[in-house]
Amino acid sequence: MSVISYQEAGCQAVAEEMRRDPSVWALGEDLGRGGVFGQYRGLIDEFGPERIADTPISEATIMGASVGAALVGTRPVVEMRFADFALCAVDEMVNQAAKARFMFGGQARVPMVIRQPSGMWRSSAAQHSQSLEAWYTHIPGLVVAAPYTPADNKGLLKSAIRCDDPVIYIEHKDNWALEGEVPDDDDFLVPLGPARLAREGADVTLVTWSKMVGVAEQAAELAAEKGIDMEIVDLRTLWPWDQDMVFASVEKTKRLMVVHEAVQVGGFGAEIAATVAEHMAHVLVAPIRRLGAPRAPISYAKPLEDLLRITPAKILATALEQMQR
Amino acid sequence: MPNDAAHPSHNIDRDRLVDLYRTMRRIRAFEEAAEKASLDGLVGGAVHLSIGQEAVAAGVCANLRRTDQITTTHRGHGHCIAKGTDPGAMMLELFGKEGGTCGGKGGSMHIADFEVGMLGANGVVAAGIPIAVGAAHGAKLMGEDKVVVCFFGDGAINRGPFMEGLNWATVFKLPVLFVCEQNGFASTTHSDAVTGGGGANARAESLGLEAYEVDGNDVAAVDGLVGDLIPRIRGGGGPMFLSARTYRLKGHTSVDPALYRDQDHAAAQWDVDPLVRAAGELRRLGLADSDLAAIDSAAAGEMARVAETAEAAETPALQHAFADIQDIGAPVWESSS
Repeated sequence: MSVISYQEAGCQAVAEEMRRDPSVWALGEDLGRGGVFGQYRGLIDEFGPERIADTPISEATIMGASVGAALVGTRPVVEMRFADFALCAVDEMVNQAAKARFMFGGQARVPMVIRQPSGMWRSSAAQHSQSLEAWYTHIPGLVVAAPYTPADNKGLLKSAIRCDDPVIYIEHKDNWALEGEVPDDDDFLVPLGPARLAREGADVTLVTWSKMVGVAEQAAELAAEKGIDMEIVDLRTLWPWDQDMVFASVEKTKRLMVVHEAVQVGGFGAEIAATVAEHMAHVLVAPIRRLGAPRAPISYAKPLEDLLRITPAKILATALEQMQR
Repeated sequence: MPNDAAHPSHNIDRDRLVDLYRTMRRIRAFEEAAEKASLDGLVGGAVHLSIGQEAVAAGVCANLRRTDQITTTHRGHGHCIAKGTDPGAMMLELFGKEGGTCGGKGGSMHIADFEVGMLGANGVVAAGIPIAVGAAHGAKLMGEDKVVVCFFGDGAINRGPFMEGLNWATVFKLPVLFVCEQNGFASTTHSDAVTGGGGANARAESLGLEAYEVDGNDVAAVDGLVGDLIPRIRGGGGPMFLSARTYRLKGHTSVDPALYRDQDHAAAQWDVDPLVRAAGELRRLGLADSDLAAIDSAAAGEMARVAETAEAAETPALQHAFADIQDIGAPVWESSS
């Protein structure tokens, strides 16, 4: 075990997989200088400019060329720099990467990881702050992962690189500096799919992912002071999501809250809430609650940006309401 | 600008021209069978016929190895046949039947045959350009000796991936031949009416590619020029660009009567049809009419048989709707559903 940051954990994952498999390579803008967030720092020295490829600012072709390179047997790690920029490459992600295996009757696979730094970070305004993970859960053919801990960022990214299907890999920009214990073992993997029980509790189940896990943990401390014992499920992978863990937790607590930084309307929280309502209405003692952002573009000015954030206080208030029932 | 003046079509070997003619005739016969099946309601979806454009497919692919790869478009049947895909599997695919190239799940616009290096047709204009570029990039990374040919039409040059993909190929010095089939139309709009500047070759040259033009209805000219370009690309000469001027003798789809074009002009194009021209050349080289007729009837017979077989074949088992989506998170097939 070593204590390293979320950013370093991602960097280690790429390096280890590139050492293990010569068909793995990374491409995107500014990777030769380590990537805009340092998540490729030093890799060009070990692997050279062919495998840590600096590309033109051509998101559609970064994505489309990766589809072609994946179809012929390489494993591209695609860096989108900001999740918002992946929108320049939606045809290549949704019409090409996600569908090639199916449309071609299983003749070919598209093993690529699409790294999308997401979320609100340092007043980045409406085009550099979005959390769009829900869009991708809607697309057949895509796996969607959104790790919170540094260990998960290493283990899930390694699994994503080894996955034979395209993986949308959401890293929260506010997490880059987050430190935690990470296994040094080259074979450390976190499987795509299973959630992580971030906190055990008896009264309310809170399902969340990415940076919101940390916010939920702070809220759980506040709730504990009020005598409320929250259970936190860190989903880690959004598609497929771990229904078993969520159902087991709701069976125990009989209350569910889903929390995400993304806009609440049409967010992935709605899918979880609806699924639990369809299968477990008889268990619930309080209405399911969703906490997400208002359906507003993200402001630049800090107080306006902060208005959209989910805070520990908002979570606590919701938990208190649920405990009234 | 390099041009095709140095590549007169009339020095071609007769046997090679016979082979090219046969490929073109098989493409034509396939398209005619597909057109009939579409109009008879046996083939669903949109069917985009390449009737009139056969010389480009035949002349280019005759210069490729099996291990070389191509991407093509919604109008891609000819490229598939020329690259070696079995027309029987293609016709099954058009009919949505078991045994189709994609198991009946792709249809006309998504035919692929990785065994022969056919990396997929595409339903999105210009989308094959980055994919071809990436296939070449992957080959270069893996140290494979491979050329990738990317077919697209003049409608594609107004989409962003055209500029991005050509630039990318130049920057990474990739072994790609871009082939722009200039059939004069962007869907049902005249290409010239919606294209600014000097057109495809000017754009390609501005991005650092050597750009050539060829009479795309002269199969020997296409064959000759591409025969010069492919070894240069294979030898590390970087990406190159070829505009082949041709004509789409049919509408955008099988059901489009193409009334938006000058009907006299359109009718006259049948006289310079690549098959008519190649047949004339073969006669000049001494091939007997009976030999030509034998090629024609063999092709017609082959494609009539594949259409009959496709009509009689079974549709795919229902569980294939949920197969080959993704390893984890795909819907689970239940026979009762």
